Amino acid sequence: MAQDMTKPRNIGDVLLNVENISIAFGGVKALDGVSFDVREHEILAIIGPNGAGKSSMLNCINGFYHPQDGIITFKGTPRQRMQTHEAAAQGIARTFQNIALFKGMSTLDNIMTGRNLKMKKNLLWQALYFGPALTEELEHRAKVEEIIDFLEIEAIRKTPVGKLPYGLQKRVELGRALAAEPDLLLLDEPMAGMNHEEKEDMCRYILDVNDEFGATIVLIEHDMSVVMDISDRVVVLDYGRKIAAGTPDEVRANQDVIDAYLGVSHD
Amino acid sequence: MFYRESGQFKTSYQKDQQVFPIAQDRIFIALLLVVAFAVVPFVADEYWLQAVIIPFLIFSLAAVGLNLLTGYAGQVSLGTGAFMAVGAYATYKITTAFPEINIVIVFLMSGMVAAGVGIVFGLPSLRIKGFYLAVATLAAQFFILWLFNKVGWFFNDSPSGTITAPPRTLFGIMISGPEATAEVRYFVSLTFLVVFTVIAKNIVRGRIGRSWMAIRDMDIAAEIIGIQPLKTKLMAFAISSFYCGLAGALSVFAWLGGAETEAFSIAISFQVLFMIIIGGLGSIMGSIMGAAFITLVPIFLTNMPAMFGIPMATDLSKHIEEIVFGGLIVFLLIVEPHGFARLWQIGKEKLRQWPFPY
Amino acid sequence: MELLNILFVAPFVDITSSPVFFAEVVIGGLMTGVMYSLVALGFVLIFKASGVFNFAQGAMVLFAALTLVGLMERGVPIPLALAGTVLVMIALAMLIERMMLRHLVNQEGIILFMATIGLNFLLEGAGQIAWGSNVKVLDLGIPNQSFEVAGILLNQFDLFAAAIAAVMVTVLAVFFQKTTIGRALRAVADDHQAALSVGIPLKTIWVIVWSVAGIVALVAGIMWGAKSGVQFSLSLIALKALPVLILGGFTSVPGAIIGGLIIGVGEKIAEIYWGPAFGGAIEGWFAYMLALAFLMFRPQGLFGEKIIERV
Repeated sequence: MAQDMTKPRNIGDVLLNVENISIAFGGVKALDGVSFDVREHEILAIIGPNGAGKSSMLNCINGFYHPQDGIITFKGTPRQRMQTHEAAAQGIARTFQNIALFKGMSTLDNIMTGRNLKMKKNLLWQALYFGPALTEELEHRAKVEEIIDFLEIEAIRKTPVGKLPYGLQKRVELGRALAAEPDLLLLDEPMAGMNHEEKEDMCRYILDVNDEFGATIVLIEHDMSVVMDISDRVVVLDYGRKIAAGTPDEVRANQDVIDAYLGVSHD
Repeated sequence: MFYRESGQFKTSYQKDQQVFPIAQDRIFIALLLVVAFAVVPFVADEYWLQAVIIPFLIFSLAAVGLNLLTGYAGQVSLGTGAFMAVGAYATYKITTAFPEINIVIVFLMSGMVAAGVGIVFGLPSLRIKGFYLAVATLAAQFFILWLFNKVGWFFNDSPSGTITAPPRTLFGIMISGPEATAEVRYFVSLTFLVVFTVIAKNIVRGRIGRSWMAIRDMDIAAEIIGIQPLKTKLMAFAISSFYCGLAGALSVFAWLGGAETEAFSIAISFQVLFMIIIGGLGSIMGSIMGAAFITLVPIFLTNMPAMFGIPMATDLSKHIEEIVFGGLIVFLLIVEPHGFARLWQIGKEKLRQWPFPY
Repeated sequence: MELLNILFVAPFVDITSSPVFFAEVVIGGLMTGVMYSLVALGFVLIFKASGVFNFAQGAMVLFAALTLVGLMERGVPIPLALAGTVLVMIALAMLIERMMLRHLVNQEGIILFMATIGLNFLLEGAGQIAWGSNVKVLDLGIPNQSFEVAGILLNQFDLFAAAIAAVMVTVLAVFFQKTTIGRALRAVADDHQAALSVGIPLKTIWVIVWSVAGIVALVAGIMWGAKSGVQFSLSLIALKALPVLILGGFTSVPGAIIGGLIIGVGEKIAEIYWGPAFGGAIEGWFAYMLALAFLMFRPQGLFGEKIIERV
């Protein structure tokens, strides 16, 4: 399970920079002046107690929430206020805390949907399902099959995802996010509700994704052993504020973090 | 015993993505088409074609259209009747203004007009969902029919307020108007249905269909993976309305021969909605099965008492029809909320294992 | 210019030149609005308590009115006929729960909605077979005389109807907010399974709420029927209740009332002052367009809660 530390990690430049982000819902501050950056090819974990603002942070990064204050810079361009769907076009994909698969569709279709942005053929060709449209469909099918193969879900290819057990659904969801070939992959509690073996599998997939697909990963996780094992750096949030950041070892030793987790009163 | 896919191996993704991956299914569909094109018109008499089969074909087309919107894209519409009316009135306007344009082209143009109207009334779908959207489509239903009723331009100020199908030919054969035979009109309707069913199937199994279903199943997640909700929903409204418009055009030009707005009332909207519920939401095949059921049951109910020699007042049989209809809908929803399409699928599964189910 | 005049100038000139007539139009609209409110109220009750969008509410109005008239035609005295109809509506609620709702627990909203469309047809057919489909006169002996207040013509019957509606709304509001059953109803509306898990008897709750909705339907049926005769078109007012619900929000009792009044007044005014510009009969779609325009600005309705979407 432990990461192979001898392997060189080719961490690159800053991919995503989050600067002084604040967002409030009806007076409750979910995020309060949070800043950090994510470098290419690294695995960054965001941790913190429940309600610390972790999911809100991911929602801001992929454009679902619009922060009231602060700047998000992705691939060197500061982001204007944008529609939710535009983040995906820029190369950000994610999975969700409560699985958000398309329940009426098969595993294959779910993952194919992840490639929607890459498919260009217009309605007329699609109506014929012939020529360029067919070629395109088959090309993407081949790509999707690679992902299916990678995640070892060949057997459930044609099963409607609503019927799959929880652990497999999580895997399909990861597959759907991978299908978009994202530069930045956001994983919201990818291991929640899994047993030990499933967690190990998921860790392996995450590391492989990082390694083979070269994706930069930001993940939220509650299981500390997992976080400490697989992440390069950790950002700790508490009550919407960043209270620590650094390598797993640094964070582990940080007094504020220990307080936050052991519950020291906030006054 | 005879119905199984053992021995039929898929060696390419193309083969795996066929509409009917099992050879027996393909044979069955081929036979069905042969019967439809080569046997039915010579066996069925005028009454059956006019009263049963042609309306069935036309409603199938409308049901396929509505199923694209409601079953696949998840947007409930109660405005089917109005979109059909748009198709019918547009055809009438275009073909009376430009009699030289081929009628089939006119049909397709009218479908486009209906698609445009569909887009306009689909615009609210960005902000409103579910039942709320259903009310928006009701607005379309009442407003459009009122318009066609009030504004003389739409029916060329004919004193009766109706539109009538003028005689039009295709390849020298009369396909619309009083002189077109039932057989020809049957062929026209059937051809449209077959062609557009294939197109619908192609659309739903490709990128566009997947984005519709994604919006239907979980719109937020769909948006986050990059599907533009407004564009996707509007496309569903446009394509669905195109189908409904085409069905409306056919119902005047290949079936009724003439109509007023009453022919496209809210009752029609509900009827088509029932077809797709009973047939199966999100199933092209189901739409057609549902259309068959909804058009056949009333015929059956009207004729049955007479068959047994029991005289029955028309309004009584109409009420009985309502009860049977309503009862069946409730019953079917309880037994199988996914309609005939799912029952059909289950049946096929059973058949595959027969006679050795273990 | 002509068009602008018809749309934006002439109606207002008409309004200001004859304020008494305008007041009468408004009052007429309010009365129709009360009727809409009563029908919408039945929708809200069932939606609030069972999450079912009951399309059959209109058919229940028709069914109740037909039953009442049918009993009276057969010589049953009015109080007995009323009691009998109430019993029929309760029996109907039990039947609906037993035959339909029980089997559809935890189905998606859209499936339940479709099922009530089926129910709508069933009730329309059954009611008309049982009691006949010709137009019937409903005479409960409510006085129907007009009198004048400050030059404005008022009708006793309309006032009576308004009073009844007010009483019903008050009773229902108290019922929902203050009683144990009311609380259980709200719990059920929130989540079927969760309600079951804390021991709320789902089936009983459903029977109660459908019975109450049936009685509300009866009241609406009496009012409409006494005004314009008991006939099939009664079930069509269900469609008019939809824009009312959009305006008021699906779960708000006061919303149903205010929404009904707005729609009632709005369409009367539109028909009388703007109708001629459009060639008349705009009452048929005005309410829907009004609701639609409203939705664009406030998708949750007047009193609905704003939904925060989260993932």
